[in-house]
Amino acid sequence: MALKIVKGSIDRMFDKNLQDLVRGIRNHKEDEAKYISTCIDEIKQELKQDNIAVKANAVCKLTYLQMLGYDVSWAAFNIVEVMSSSKFTYKRIGYLAASQCFHESTDVIMLTTNQIRKDLSSPNQYDTGVALTGLSCFVTPDLARDLANDIMTLMSHTKPYIRKKAVLIMYKVFLKYPESLRPAFPRLKEKLEDPDPGVQSAAVNVICELARRNPKNYLSLAPLFFKLMTSSTNNWVLIKIIKLFGALTPLEPRLGKKLIEPLTNLIHRKIHIFSSHKMLCSQSHLIVSLSRIAVLISLSSGMPNHSASIQVMKYLGLLAMSKILKTHPKSVQSHKDLILQCLDDKDESIRLRALDLLYGMVSKKNLMEIVKKLMLHVDKAEGTTYRDELLTKIIDICSQSNYQYITNFEWYISILVELTRLEGTRHGHLIASQMLDVAIRVRAIRVFAVAQMATLLDNAHLLTGNMQRMGICEVLYAAAWICGEFSEHLENPMQTLEAMLRPKVATLPGHIQAVYVQNAAKLFATVLKNQEGNTDSTAAQETSQLMIDRLPLFVQSANLEVQERASCILQLVKYIQKLQQKDVEVAEEVCALFAGELNPVAPKAQKKVPVPEGLDLDAWINEPPSESESEDEQPKAIFAKEEPKHSRPRHTEVDEKELARRREARKQEQANNPFYIKASPSSQKAYQEAPGVEHIPVVQIDLSVPLKVPGLPMSDQYVKLEEERRQKERADKKKKEKKKRKEKRSGRGRKHDSGPESEEDITPAHMVDIVTEEMPENALPSDDDDKDPNDPHKALDIDLDKPLADSEKLPVRAHRAAEAPKSPAEDGEAENAASQEPKKKSSKEKREKKKDKDRDRKVRIKWQKDYKSSKHKKKKQKKEKEEKEKKKKKKHHHHHHHSDGGGEESVQNGTVEEEEPLPVSVYDIQGNLQDGSQVVVSVIFENKCDSFLKSMEFNVLDSLNSKLQRPEGSGPHDGLTVPFQLPPGVSNEARFVFTVQSIVMPQKLKGTLTFIVKNEDSSTHEKLDFKLHFTCTSYLITTPCYSDAFAKLLESGDLKCSSVRLEGVIMPFHHLLARICFHHHFSVVERIDSCASMYSRSIQGHHVCLLVKTSGQTVSIDAKCDEPTLLGNVLDEIKQTFSQC
Amino acid sequence: MQVKMRFMLLFSRQGKLRLQKWYTATAERDKKKMVRELMQIVLARKPKMCSFLEWRDLKIVYKRYASLYFCCAIEEQDNELITLEVIHRFVELLDKYFGSVCELDIIFNFEKAYFILDEFLMGGEIQDTSKKSVLKAIEQADLLQEEDESPRSVLEEMGLA
Repeated sequence: MALKIVKGSIDRMFDKNLQDLVRGIRNHKEDEAKYISTCIDEIKQELKQDNIAVKANAVCKLTYLQMLGYDVSWAAFNIVEVMSSSKFTYKRIGYLAASQCFHESTDVIMLTTNQIRKDLSSPNQYDTGVALTGLSCFVTPDLARDLANDIMTLMSHTKPYIRKKAVLIMYKVFLKYPESLRPAFPRLKEKLEDPDPGVQSAAVNVICELARRNPKNYLSLAPLFFKLMTSSTNNWVLIKIIKLFGALTPLEPRLGKKLIEPLTNLIHRKIHIFSSHKMLCSQSHLIVSLSRIAVLISLSSGMPNHSASIQVMKYLGLLAMSKILKTHPKSVQSHKDLILQCLDDKDESIRLRALDLLYGMVSKKNLMEIVKKLMLHVDKAEGTTYRDELLTKIIDICSQSNYQYITNFEWYISILVELTRLEGTRHGHLIASQMLDVAIRVRAIRVFAVAQMATLLDNAHLLTGNMQRMGICEVLYAAAWICGEFSEHLENPMQTLEAMLRPKVATLPGHIQAVYVQNAAKLFATVLKNQEGNTDSTAAQETSQLMIDRLPLFVQSANLEVQERASCILQLVKYIQKLQQKDVEVAEEVCALFAGELNPVAPKAQKKVPVPEGLDLDAWINEPPSESESEDEQPKAIFAKEEPKHSRPRHTEVDEKELARRREARKQEQANNPFYIKASPSSQKAYQEAPGVEHIPVVQIDLSVPLKVPGLPMSDQYVKLEEERRQKERADKKKKEKKKRKEKRSGRGRKHDSGPESEEDITPAHMVDIVTEEMPENALPSDDDDKDPNDPHKALDIDLDKPLADSEKLPVRAHRAAEAPKSPAEDGEAENAASQEPKKKSSKEKREKKKDKDRDRKVRIKWQKDYKSSKHKKKKQKKEKEEKEKKKKKKHHHHHHHSDGGGEESVQNGTVEEEEPLPVSVYDIQGNLQDGSQVVVSVIFENKCDSFLKSMEFNVLDSLNSKLQRPEGSGPHDGLTVPFQLPPGVSNEARFVFTVQSIVMPQKLKGTLTFIVKNEDSSTHEKLDFKLHFTCTSYLITTPCYSDAFAKLLESGDLKCSSVRLEGVIMPFHHLLARICFHHHFSVVERIDSCASMYSRSIQGHHVCLLVKTSGQTVSIDAKCDEPTLLGNVLDEIKQTFSQC
Repeated sequence: MQVKMRFMLLFSRQGKLRLQKWYTATAERDKKKMVRELMQIVLARKPKMCSFLEWRDLKIVYKRYASLYFCCAIEEQDNELITLEVIHRFVELLDKYFGSVCELDIIFNFEKAYFILDEFLMGGEIQDTSKKSVLKAIEQADLLQEEDESPRSVLEEMGLA
């Protein structure tokens, strides 16, 4: 045994280490593969040994080989072994190897769960760190589910190093296991205010990434991020936050305004970083930056020496422009020349960016010009990718928003035809579908289109001559179809028919041949119809003979579709010939085969057909077949009736006649089925794969002549024509002066753009009728079909504000000390602890913030001195009161404060200038958890008279229970000086601290405010009495509570019961709950239908639990609390709240 | 679709891959294909061209340092400049760690280079923007590794002690 170990170790001394391997590979440049295969053999030997050091070395080498592209998946288990070594050196290598080699389908990952969990809880922070790093690369849904809780715990680790890693990896966990988002989110949010900048930026990163995809769930974090943005100096964090705001502003327009100032500041400082993110905000601001970008681009274009960094700026400028284009197209349009200039740039990235911009810049006026320039570029362009990109862009630009900018479709068709001359493009099908679309939807253009297509078909050899140009032969598909379908417009249908039946057609891809055959039949029908009028019947018979001669070529096609169609049509023509010989008039019947107009159908139409009521698509129509029948035959049989083209050709049993009959019926159906044609172009891809093309002997004709299709009009001609037309029109218009234009566009689906006047003046050359695509009746208006159902972020679209349900807890291993959901008491402590940190911040800053936040919630109360004497009638002093807790806390706790109008005072609610006193008014205050006996009252004094107020003194008559805190040394009846004076129309806020002993009863305190009113000529001493009402709910603090803790609390039996019924409450249940939450500081624990449990806690730690049920207009509230008096009072107050509404 | 940065590649002017880090699970075959394709595109670009290109549905940000190309793939809506900054920051880190880094350093100590990258980026996100704290973490982890190794004598390893 010992000898074996010794031998192993000695061997090891001769093992290659990583350096040796690298050196070896470098020395064996010629036979690298061979050298490496011997190395892999050695590694396999090393992996068999027990010595972990040897294994680690082997794994390390494997990692290197993996990078060079060798397969090392066979060593996955050894990697796990090295990962589980107790030595950090090896563990590190193991995890590195795992992170490089493992992926979701690696099956040994299952084995790692426990090892990773052990490492995560290791006392050594680097073990944990290495495990987290590794995990971030290969986390699977299973791992995410099993480890989510462990990682969540690590988010509160003492070491920032671990915290930041744990926070970052949470994002990965969320993606793989979306259920973990809600339980983990509160803690993640906490990390936004982590003292360590690294952790903070990690949390910002994660939340920003989350929020970017589902912004609406994160709107409530906006104030927090706003604060971070104004306070953070870390550029990386700033960029993330600005990006986040970019996602939030569309949802909350008010944010935009708020952001202008800080953003402008930032941009002025760091324009380079923000250039791609300035999609936020207001116009003026945008245009400032836009002009800057324009300067940037022009600067960089002007430089003779194109250095890389200037190219970078150019690129970013264009990118930013494309962002701005979406919101402010006009401001970008003025830079058109600059952008066109960028098309000439050497750098493809920049050219592509500029192309992107053009898309949004076209108008009716400049479309032709821009496209003409692009066509020039197409001719010049080197490299197929860029040329293809140009081609798609031209088509995109022209076809955008339902051909909005095209005024002359003849021009467009000729552009499309010109594009077919492009060599080696992949986008033949794109051109083809455009041709089809335009020909079908623009009726006026059909004559022209058919003529063009006929020429194309005639010159098909130019397109198919070179195999390289296979992509472009797709346009023949369109050409053949258009010629066939609209054959009545053909000048010389016979010639076209002849062109379509040329033997060379057989070299085309199957699906195109199929269309040729089908449309040859349509043409044949037209030709027959034309010829039947003649007395001489020989011409018609010759046509039939031509068909009969040529069709057998297609009957022999290897492509099933071609074969089927050809044999069907052949039989038909033979039959027609027979009839012709008997001098029977057949043209009418033959034409009837293809009668009827085909309508364009919207691509999504099928999907939008609503499911009729009572139709269950999942139910079996027939019972599932017994085992004897093969499974896929059955459904086919069902659909065969509806869609005959899907049925397989069954050659054997069915006799010829029956077959022909069926085919005819099918043809008829196809011709009448508006869905049929539309379906074929989209399935072209599938057809392309069809077998058979390769087997056909291909005669290659290599043409060296310039590829100009003879007889084709150049688009330039049309540009000229169009210009002339426009000029003429303008001249005409001048004559007619302001006479109303008769020419109107009747296009239904046509959007009239809101462009400038001059734009509107350009009338289209034809009466253009752009037929809208058909949609089924009562189509579902859903637009969500644009969303990608596979987007992992869709699963993360989760409402984060809802309280956690019981079922949402993260899975925790049973034998572990489970991280139990906090009971209310613990929760309170935790909150106390959490509030320690922010306290360090200067209280001043805090106060500022709080003021901001509370402003919206404040309800004003004013005391109005109601003197009888006219002298003072004018003077109104209003105060806004607000209680706030003394010590600053993260959470807001609201107390209610009621003020009674009594004595000489009247109390008014809100800013309404009413004279009648209202008995009660409400406003927000905050509780104090640290000190259960203190309340802060903030009062806003507002001077509504036109005199100067000074020397204000605030005094309250203390009760046994509640006392105003006065500075040391002052007597119990001394007033407190308000530390400011009030000029007319000014308001200011002062705070007063009260000590409260018992909180179970509400109470009122009487007080007075004395002040001096100073006019120009005199000054008088005035007094104002008021009452402060401390309600019981004002001692409650909104505290979240988990439902199981809530249940435990109720079960404990320490709580006393009480209940109350409210009648005639006519508000939705959630409003009711919101009202209780808002006015009485409760939080909803759980809500089921019309029943909800709620929880709150007093500043002295009393638990208050409510069960609210509603039925009709009656609301019953059952309540439990450990302090019955408090409970009674709270319930009374709730009742009062609802009696007012 | 999943993370900020999809992957990072380091390759030499001769088209040899020196480092690859994938932040999304990708099949080996696709990885190889993508790497090959990308290297071809990037190496074909002239030095005076801008550092960005659009490729498939991704944006590629690359920069050349001496004979090494650093190349990152990011998503459509991500910031290119910040990615350039990330690359530069990584180069600085390598430089600090190895002391004026050269290609050979990365070839022979490729695992260290990975460790540094892992400390700097995690799951495609920047982990720490402070160079100092990244280097500190690496140094301490290295120290731990050396402590691990030091008490072992050759004899011990041979099982004789």
